[in-house]
Amino acid sequence: MSGFRTLLYKEVLRFWKVSFQTVAAPVLTALLYLLIFSHVLDAQVQVHNVRYAAFLIPGLVMMSVLQNAFANSSSSLIQSKVMGSVIFILLPPISYVEFFLAYVVAAMLRGLMVGLGVLVVTGWFASLSFVAPGWILVFAIIGGGIMGSLGMIAGIWADKFDQLSGFQNFLIMPLTMLSGVFYSIHSLPVFWQRVSHFNPVFYMIDGFRFGFFGVSDVAPATSLAVVAVSFLVVALTTLALLRSGYKLRY
Amino acid sequence: MGVAVSIQQLVKYFGSLRALDGVSLEIAEGEFFGLLGPNGAGKTTLISCLAGLVRPDQGQLSVMGYDVHGDYREARRRLGVVPQELVFDPFFSVRETLRIQSGYFGIRNNDAWIDEILENLDLTAKANVNMRRLSGGMKRRVLVAQALVHKPPVIVLDEPTAGVDVELRQGLWQFVQRLNREGHTVILTTHYLEEAEALCGRIAMLKQGRVVALDTTSNLLARVPGHTLNLRLANAASLPLALRARATQNEGCWIFRLAGFDEIEHLLAEIRVAGGVIEDLRLTQADLEDVFVAVMQGAEAREQAVSR
Repeated sequence: MSGFRTLLYKEVLRFWKVSFQTVAAPVLTALLYLLIFSHVLDAQVQVHNVRYAAFLIPGLVMMSVLQNAFANSSSSLIQSKVMGSVIFILLPPISYVEFFLAYVVAAMLRGLMVGLGVLVVTGWFASLSFVAPGWILVFAIIGGGIMGSLGMIAGIWADKFDQLSGFQNFLIMPLTMLSGVFYSIHSLPVFWQRVSHFNPVFYMIDGFRFGFFGVSDVAPATSLAVVAVSFLVVALTTLALLRSGYKLRY
Repeated sequence: MGVAVSIQQLVKYFGSLRALDGVSLEIAEGEFFGLLGPNGAGKTTLISCLAGLVRPDQGQLSVMGYDVHGDYREARRRLGVVPQELVFDPFFSVRETLRIQSGYFGIRNNDAWIDEILENLDLTAKANVNMRRLSGGMKRRVLVAQALVHKPPVIVLDEPTAGVDVELRQGLWQFVQRLNREGHTVILTTHYLEEAEALCGRIAMLKQGRVVALDTTSNLLARVPGHTLNLRLANAASLPLALRARATQNEGCWIFRLAGFDEIEHLLAEIRVAGGVIEDLRLTQADLEDVFVAVMQGAEAREQAVSR
């Protein structure tokens, strides 16, 4: 497994060397969301009997985990494909499973690092509770894994940066923004509530938030089941792509 | 001597293009082997198949007895490839790049060997410089270094001296020749035929995905017999018409192909009689370029004969 260890180290070092862009910038973005939305809504709105700012923070944390996990694996792959440096990992005796694990774990780590950063800087603006920290961790880790894996699929599939940004802007962004980060889906019309139940990201956010307040739109065990199955599907798809050499080995 | 690289009936299609059309080659351990051919002949595709970057449609490939597909870990451990494209990872320094590459092959604490490679490739002063800040020639050296971190018994260099200055070229060849003397098998593709002639013990020439010549360099050179006489006359027009028909002209020089040395005497006599004054005269042996041209033209003529 030394191929895995080195590849993981390389992937972490890669984002850490540009951490201003890959960690600090998304933390600032999340902070700006919180400042604006809580300024407008905190006094008027309560969700699940918590003030809006406190409700919003876990959503922002999880959204940051997910978006950054996706960004990490996808941008690393597309960059090395476009630059041609992907051959440095295709020439050595690294198995496709090691390849998968290294990229997904690195993506999770970046997601968790950004998530923790968002939690630390936004935590000052509301009183948060941590009713079930186990759920918080489980959803953050599996959610990061799903997005890291999805990022691999996007990075492998895309030949150009604009294809990847299409994937990011037209799939990942809507899925995360419309997943209940900013609202409880119970506030939506019935039709959109039903639609939201087909969005796996909704279960990630909802289960994650349950860990903080102990209340959620859906039972956390149900969310966990949906999230776990989603991870399995995405992971197996990624592994199948890597095994076939799709767009990597011609 | 065992077999370092075995390629059997290799076929690869890109769409409808038959990039490799049944290539078979065996390269023995310790050989310095040349792979020549015009652009698009399939050299890089062949190397990519060997490295596992391209998956062949048919055929068998092995490195040091290990199947490139079925036993890919063992095969890749024994192969070092210097790619043709000038690729690099912009996030890392030279030393980081080489340490990471060592780790991919399961080698930790490789600094002693890394230092030796850096020294030999004249990269020591650049060890801690980011890859982005290196010149093209320096990046090329790092690619060579990356291919060597795991001390592979088989080293493949795909046009390693394209765009590289004379000094580095000399240094690189000295280093690669040393590795070859120490027992490493070297496979080289190059457009510089004089390099292949000076370095390679055996050469395969490819054209349109097929091997059109495979022999020792000396046997290949013997295929184009005789010498070439290059003449420059004080007055170019003073060459008798009868002789002009036998010669080709290149930058003011008249070039004659000679079957034997006795022809020279007659030639010079005829020029003297016609009042020609010789300004410069050179006698050269046929080189690999002549062989290359002859082989490629021969392959073309055979193809035309078959298609008729």
